[in-house]
Amino acid sequence: MSSDTPDMKTSAPAAEQEASAHAEPVLELRAVNTHYGAVHILKDVDLAIYSGELVCLLGGNASGKSTTLRTILGMVKPTTGDVVLNGQVVTNQSTRERVALGVTMVPENRRLFKRLTVGENLEMGAFLRSDADGTAADREWVFELFPRVKERLNQKAGTLSGGEQQMVAIGRALMARPQILLMDEPSMGLAPALVQQNFALIQQIHSAGVTIFMVEQNANMALSIADRGWVLQTGRVVLSDSADNLLAHPDLQASYLGTAEDERG
Amino acid sequence: MTETGYFPATQGATEAPAPRRRLLDQDWPKLLRAGAILAVGQVFIALSGMPVTFDRRLLIDPILSLGYLSLLWLPLVVSYWVGREQVLEGMTAYAKGGRDVLAGAMTALLGNAGLALLVVGITHFDIRDPLVNWSPQLLGILEFEESVWLGALIWPAIGAGTGALGGGLHWASSRISRTTVIVLLSVFGAAVLESVITDLTQGFHIEAVSEWLYGPKRGLTYPAAIVVAVAVVGVMTGLAAYRASPARDERAARGEGAATSGGSDTTRPAWRRMPTRRLVNLVLTVAAIVVLPLFLGRLTNELLANVGLFILLALGLNIIVGLAGILDLGYVAFFAVGGYSVAVLTSPGSPRFDPEIPWFGALFVAMLLAGLAGLFIGAPVIRMRGDYLAIVTLGFGEIIRVLLLSDWLSGTFNGAQGITNIPGVEVFGLATVRGFEPRSVLYLVLVFCAIAVYVSWRLENSRIGRAWMAIREDESVAEAMGVDTVSAKLMAFVTGAVLGSFSGAILSAKVGSVFPHSFAIIVSIVILVVVIFGGMGNIPGVIAGAVVLIGILGGPNQPGLLQEFAEYKILIYGALLVWMMIQRSEGLIPSVRRARELHIDEMNQDAWLRAQAAADDAHNGGGNRGGGRP
Repeated sequence: MSSDTPDMKTSAPAAEQEASAHAEPVLELRAVNTHYGAVHILKDVDLAIYSGELVCLLGGNASGKSTTLRTILGMVKPTTGDVVLNGQVVTNQSTRERVALGVTMVPENRRLFKRLTVGENLEMGAFLRSDADGTAADREWVFELFPRVKERLNQKAGTLSGGEQQMVAIGRALMARPQILLMDEPSMGLAPALVQQNFALIQQIHSAGVTIFMVEQNANMALSIADRGWVLQTGRVVLSDSADNLLAHPDLQASYLGTAEDERG
Repeated sequence: MTETGYFPATQGATEAPAPRRRLLDQDWPKLLRAGAILAVGQVFIALSGMPVTFDRRLLIDPILSLGYLSLLWLPLVVSYWVGREQVLEGMTAYAKGGRDVLAGAMTALLGNAGLALLVVGITHFDIRDPLVNWSPQLLGILEFEESVWLGALIWPAIGAGTGALGGGLHWASSRISRTTVIVLLSVFGAAVLESVITDLTQGFHIEAVSEWLYGPKRGLTYPAAIVVAVAVVGVMTGLAAYRASPARDERAARGEGAATSGGSDTTRPAWRRMPTRRLVNLVLTVAAIVVLPLFLGRLTNELLANVGLFILLALGLNIIVGLAGILDLGYVAFFAVGGYSVAVLTSPGSPRFDPEIPWFGALFVAMLLAGLAGLFIGAPVIRMRGDYLAIVTLGFGEIIRVLLLSDWLSGTFNGAQGITNIPGVEVFGLATVRGFEPRSVLYLVLVFCAIAVYVSWRLENSRIGRAWMAIREDESVAEAMGVDTVSAKLMAFVTGAVLGSFSGAILSAKVGSVFPHSFAIIVSIVILVVVIFGGMGNIPGVIAGAVVLIGILGGPNQPGLLQEFAEYKILIYGALLVWMMIQRSEGLIPSVRRARELHIDEMNQDAWLRAQAAADDAHNGGGNRGGGRP
């Protein structure tokens, strides 16, 4: 972990920083444009996420949500614009360096290392950390958040139920002690009851002090727990407002949420 | 024997006696299917020429040759397989009895009817043109050098007999059937291992034993076979009695105590963290391995040296395929780099590079070159995945061979003539390792195997080992966790390449010559089969795989114990691979990790799921689940 980040949490369950002044964003995208080959995916995307927030990026299929995450993690390089982590421009840094600076992702569909044990999955989350004491403390913290993970520590991750896998996936990401946690479609591929359970988990870790940036299709669900949100349409941010305002926004309700509601019954 | 699956509670030995079925209450479609498969199998074996080739080799002196055995084993296996029934919870477990014997007999009778048809076919038609083995020799064996009608009648009868035995194995108590199988295998083993056993008895100066055991045509003599069988039964009964005795429980209890005393103190060096008992076992094994070659003759030492070369190769490939999950079909390239580097640098017969340098110097250069080759081959292919990667590595494996063969580089590698006259290994003026002293070669190989095992073991439990396993499981997530996937995969290639080059370097010194055709694609495939057969990602498994496959069947250019099988080696490798993929994908010795994954956890998980489902049903009253969300 880098030592020059300004407000590194000393202990992960520090919830008291919730209201820390919006001095400097933890993560910022400045006028980012990303291309896949010749195809223009992200168009002048500006985002800023502050410490302690739970924010969401909404959008339908092919709106560029996953590309946004890949751009943040450095798996694709933006054509123009900058990715800024804690005031440091990381546009030209590798994924590995960005993870070391405190950005971690919970991938869509959990994607655990299925043939490794739950314990080994958690270890992989802390892959870049060398502080044994801190890692052990975070491990205990994960067990505290999800006691069931501790029960299944020596079991193959692939044999767990969907809900348990989600806990391990979040736990694995928390093991990196992230400054900001990216979540790719947390409702994807889960039964409706589990989706609700999953959003409860997200709220739980958010209230434990983790800054969360969530990318989601299920706008109602996401906005019900988020502080703020953006709506992405064909790679462009078309709406940016507080969660309540977005929920009430006529455009959103009419177009995007309407279809989402139909699809999901 | 009742297959009870994971639920031993259904054994029902103490409950009411299991119901019986009538003799003719058979699963006819299954019998017909098995019989047809068996018929095809038997005809295939006959036409592959095995009976003719193997007929020269006697197993039990006057009565049984390997040739006839090749036609006897399949009916036994298939008729046993037909009688297998998995009894799951809630199913009726029927008593085994005459019905199973009949089922086996009928299946094998049907199957061997295929052979009878073949006998008649060979006498009436001649299709020797496409089928080389459609020959009078085969006919002679199939009709027992008597008459067609005897052959056509006796094969179904033999089938019925072996089939009844196969089916009967289910009827007999599990102890009797296990003893029968082990006795059959031991007699077969004793007969087949003739050369090694003779070699061993010479080493221990008890040649009289092997002289008594084996007849002039290398098979066990009649009385010897009986003595071996009786001895095995005796040993097994003794073992069973020992297992049942209270003394063993005490020993086991003490062993447990020793095992836990190791603790898991992470501050101590790795070898000290091992449980005491395992450490003692390890030391004893190492001592045995070090001492044993002194008592072995040339032939066995030579054989074990070949096995060791393949252990080295398999451990190297295991890092690439088993740990990092990169399917490399061109692994032979690194073997070739090791072999040719040493050949060019040490042999006075090599066209370029004089003066020659000693083997250890050449080994160092070989390691460097193999590492570089790993980088060169790895760099372009690691960006690909799955099938594409495998195809490209296949290509690279061939490119190296073609380069060695080419006119362009014949100034260095001497083209198809290869490089000969490679001197042995001077071990710091203490000893010389040469090919005609297999014992010295074996010791050299053992040293490098020890290095390879240690390196593999430490890597597997290291940070890079975990990174490899994460990449094997899900590459992009591993990347998102901060693993530098490019350098980790390159590292796997380089490490595997260096281990492979050890093997090549020793091969050069051992054989004294290298040729491009020693490094053909089949070498890659055999190494891969060894790794898969033993259990990918598992060091003891990979070693066991090499011992069993290379030791018994032999490597692509090296003879194994069963030299008669030389022509059929590749066929058997292929069949084994297919069978492994279908039946035991976790390998001969599954790693703890995989065994757990494939079996025990399924059971736990199933039990847990059932409990969950029951709880859910009770909670919801069977109503709609998860609905009614805003």
